[in-house]
Amino acid sequence: MTAVLEIRGLTVSLPEDGDREFAIEDVSLSVEPGEIVCVVGESGSGKSVTAFTVMGLLDPRALTPVAGSVRLEGEDLLTLPDKRLRALRGERMSMIFQEPMTALNPVVRVGAQIAEMLEIHTRLSPTERRARVLAALADVQLPEPERLADCYPHQLSGGQRQRIMIAMALALEPALLIADEPTTALDVTTQARILQLIKDLQSSRGMGVLFITHDFGVVAEIADRVVVMQDGRVVEQGTVAEVLHAPSHPYTRLLIDAVPSMTPPERAEATGEEALSTAGLDKRFGTAGLFGGGRVVQAAKDISLTLRRGETLGIVGESGSGKSTVARCIMRLVDPTSGEILINGTDIAGMKQGSLRNLRHQIQIVFQDPYRSLNPRRTVGKSIVEGPMNFGVAEDEAWRRARELIEIVGLSADTLDRFPHQFSGGQRQRICIARALAMEPVILIADEAVSALDVSVQAQVLRLLDDVRRKFSLAMLFITHDLRVAAQICDRIMVMQHGKLVEQGPTAAVYANPSEQYTRDLLAAAPGQSRLPD
Amino acid sequence: MTGAEGNQGQPGIAGLLISHRGVFWGGLVLIAIILLAVFGPLITADPVAINPMNRLKPPGIEGLFGTDMLGRDVFSRVLNGARVSLTVGTAVALISVLVGLTLGLIAGYVRALDAVIMRVMDGLMSIPAILLAIAMISLAGATLTTVVVAIVIPEIPRVVRLVRSVVLTVREEPYVEAAIASGTRTLQIMVRHILPNTIAPLIVQATYICGSAMLLEAILGFLGAGIPPEIPSWGNIMSEGRTFFQLTPWIIFFPGLALALTVLAVNFVGDGLRDTLDPRIARTM
Amino acid sequence: MLRYVAFRILSTIPVMGVVALFVFVLLRLAPGDPAAVIAGDYATAEDVIRIREQLGLSDPLFIQFMRWLGDLLQGDLGTSIFSNKPVTLLISQRLEPTLLLTLTTIIFSVAVAVPLGTIAAYRAGSFIDRLVMLFSVGGFSIPVFVLGYMLIFTFSMSFDLLPVQGYRSPFSEGVLPFLRHIILPTATLGVIFIALISRMTRASVMEVLEEDYIRTARAKGQSEMRILVGHALRNAAVPIVTVIGIGIALLIGGVVVTESVYNIPGLGRLVLDAVLARDYPIIQGLMLFFSFVYIFINLIIDLCYTFLDPRIRY
Repeated sequence: MTAVLEIRGLTVSLPEDGDREFAIEDVSLSVEPGEIVCVVGESGSGKSVTAFTVMGLLDPRALTPVAGSVRLEGEDLLTLPDKRLRALRGERMSMIFQEPMTALNPVVRVGAQIAEMLEIHTRLSPTERRARVLAALADVQLPEPERLADCYPHQLSGGQRQRIMIAMALALEPALLIADEPTTALDVTTQARILQLIKDLQSSRGMGVLFITHDFGVVAEIADRVVVMQDGRVVEQGTVAEVLHAPSHPYTRLLIDAVPSMTPPERAEATGEEALSTAGLDKRFGTAGLFGGGRVVQAAKDISLTLRRGETLGIVGESGSGKSTVARCIMRLVDPTSGEILINGTDIAGMKQGSLRNLRHQIQIVFQDPYRSLNPRRTVGKSIVEGPMNFGVAEDEAWRRARELIEIVGLSADTLDRFPHQFSGGQRQRICIARALAMEPVILIADEAVSALDVSVQAQVLRLLDDVRRKFSLAMLFITHDLRVAAQICDRIMVMQHGKLVEQGPTAAVYANPSEQYTRDLLAAAPGQSRLPD
Repeated sequence: MTGAEGNQGQPGIAGLLISHRGVFWGGLVLIAIILLAVFGPLITADPVAINPMNRLKPPGIEGLFGTDMLGRDVFSRVLNGARVSLTVGTAVALISVLVGLTLGLIAGYVRALDAVIMRVMDGLMSIPAILLAIAMISLAGATLTTVVVAIVIPEIPRVVRLVRSVVLTVREEPYVEAAIASGTRTLQIMVRHILPNTIAPLIVQATYICGSAMLLEAILGFLGAGIPPEIPSWGNIMSEGRTFFQLTPWIIFFPGLALALTVLAVNFVGDGLRDTLDPRIARTM
Repeated sequence: MLRYVAFRILSTIPVMGVVALFVFVLLRLAPGDPAAVIAGDYATAEDVIRIREQLGLSDPLFIQFMRWLGDLLQGDLGTSIFSNKPVTLLISQRLEPTLLLTLTTIIFSVAVAVPLGTIAAYRAGSFIDRLVMLFSVGGFSIPVFVLGYMLIFTFSMSFDLLPVQGYRSPFSEGVLPFLRHIILPTATLGVIFIALISRMTRASVMEVLEEDYIRTARAKGQSEMRILVGHALRNAAVPIVTVIGIGIALLIGGVVVTESVYNIPGLGRLVLDAVLARDYPIIQGLMLFFSFVYIFINLIIDLCYTFLDPRIRY
């Protein structure tokens, strides 16, 4: 039996001004029928370039394959004329992408987008096409295919959109499905269902799947074989059992070790003084509207929490659960609709901006996106000293403190004279932590602060946050969607859903004995729990 | 992570600009025109000297661009007209950017005034610029000042909208929120974090305004509603050339060519500035 | 939906109010006494006072504004000082040439500019792209009337292919003469509009081509031509249509100049004659008329968005 996909010695060159010569170098891998092969690596590893080369979707101005071969059922794709390649795309190989929202054309009904696949490759009549579209929608377990086919992408949920993408990709029963991080943009419970769907469809149809991911949890969940990539090269490949349990390459081991465990460590109860508490915190967005057509979204409802110095409280939940709204209310970046926010005993919920400014140094935040959190036009040093100088710290003193802090967060002192774009995402997040610490805060809020980082970097930044929490006896509010991260860093956690508090308690207790069904679903959905070494 | 992401505020911008073909040639032509406008009139014939013996002469050795119906030297008049166009273009660009920047910052940051300012701007935008200018000039009398004011007013809404949209986008950036969170005052946030983001698009916009102001000035002159005929401007030279167009088309073509060349040069520089200073806007404009 | 349409129509009221107020204030606060201007150089002081009374110019400004606004709401744009005819009548008499010229220009420009911009975007950076961009910058740089005279010089005077000036009505004088006379004015007026639309088309198609769903369409095996028309242009439609709407203001300005160059008896000429004669009610009326047309067209375009992009829901 020939392999569905056979890549041999593939090398793709980068344009001359790139930071390395090749995007991928000497990559060899194969996908057999009925097999799921995961390509795993961090950003810049070349895993997506590999996938796009197979599909022939590289931007020819930037990336060109210069050596090797890519055979789909025996045919070398790199030497095929465009026309033949177009015929194979969709028909014999198809692809699903990371962001189902942007991967679907927003102005065309989803049914028509699936039908387009049939229009390109078959001579079916419109009625036959319609029937096939409805069948495809049923295959991906979407309810009411008739109604959904006539929806536009924005009217569907993220999970439904990814199902539409899958239905489209599989409409012509291709031999090879390439999935490029198909669940990364989805919530964890949706991710679990989509992974299950891909697995089911793959085994019932016997197709080969090339699955690109950065997440070892997902690898453990779905892969038959694993290919590990680093800096454009394959460093290790083998069966999932071999790679997960007996990794031979140090980089593979590093990646696996960096995945946080789902088992929370034992933690002593925090006894510091109370730094922050809220009572009955409510936030509604939107107004009634001039003609009564306005919509009101209850983003946070009746949230009460307390946080002691030296303690980390996690707020976990899926997108739209209101966890970030709570953080932004506490920061007073948005004004709460009602309720109390006590910082060291002072209620700031309704305080005027003028008097609030005097309390700002007590509570600081680190945001999710390291690329937008620092003003690109100001040196790192200027960003760090801005806050203290607002509070009357002398310039010399502020800079002295900045130098001290930048070393505490693990960067060298010359960082201060450079601009943010000279640093990587992880380094920028360290700078943001230093900026927050420069204010000598009592409370530090980390709003998805490690979510945009690669797992190896994520582990380091988490360790840093934990260190500074201990060193400065901070009260830390840690907002995250990632249950593995929460397990490792939080003393207590609060689970939120639809703006409401579902459950709270010491982390170890909640993970071991969740009392609410939603918490149980959430914990069960975290991928790779059975096969990933703890 | 190399400098490829863009070195805001770093050396290299000047080098990049000169290496841009549009900026290089546009700038060269523009400098030549400015030099001609400044020094040319010092050595050429008197642009308003009437010579009835020498009317409607075609271009030749005596007069490079020929003479008009009153026997005045068209070349000399065109050089003098360059002064008017360049003055109007620069003045309009500067004034409308300054006024627009102020209004745009207010609209973007003061919620209460936003709606009022923007409705007035919508209203101003819906009155065709040429009509507005003609009406204002015919009412207030044609002088250099009224012409500049009449051209400035319809340009303001474009600047206000641009500045306001930059303010609204930037104020949502996490680094601005971080600055708020560290107790930075609103005025300082404006100056430190928001204003710098408006500079690049404003410089680009200012060059475009300069070009379109020169065009509008010429159109007004051509329609007889611009700079008074005592001062030669490209617009009124062409306006006077209309009567004898079929006989002596050069009276329109030479100033027309000069105008088109100048505006083209300004627009080339503008495109170059946009590509270099503001790659993000470059994609949407 | 219906509620939104109502809201959108109502929301044009403040804008129109601003326009009306602006036009009124402009013409009343301008230096110089309109009555003195109307009375002419040889009038006595009594003549001026009499005309001022006649025009109601001695009442307080606010009263004058309310009276004028009241007339306006009844569709009365005032009466010409010299011909003594209602401004609305004068406008309706001159409307046809202007309307037809604008229509031919819009059709011609869109038909030329959208394909040009799309090709330029698809082949960004190529020779053809640079040519289109050069043409576009040129279109923004050349004054309408210079272009007009150049075209007359080339096609009418040098080669005698087309009439020099004038206008023929397609209704009373035949379609062919109309077309022969409208070709040059359309080309003249169209250049700047083509420059504007092709630039916007290029920019927005280029942006859309970067989108993920274009990649999806390629992954389906769709041909480039169909990707361009079926996916890219469809998604680029909103900004393109928007710029056409905004460009109407440019077009109205261009009409004044073009009609003057080609001697077309339309609204543009009416404006210029009124300016020369200082016939304020006509100037005022036409400014309002053009502004309202602009606001109205942009309102329609705004309401059309919902058909172009289903995400825009009211």
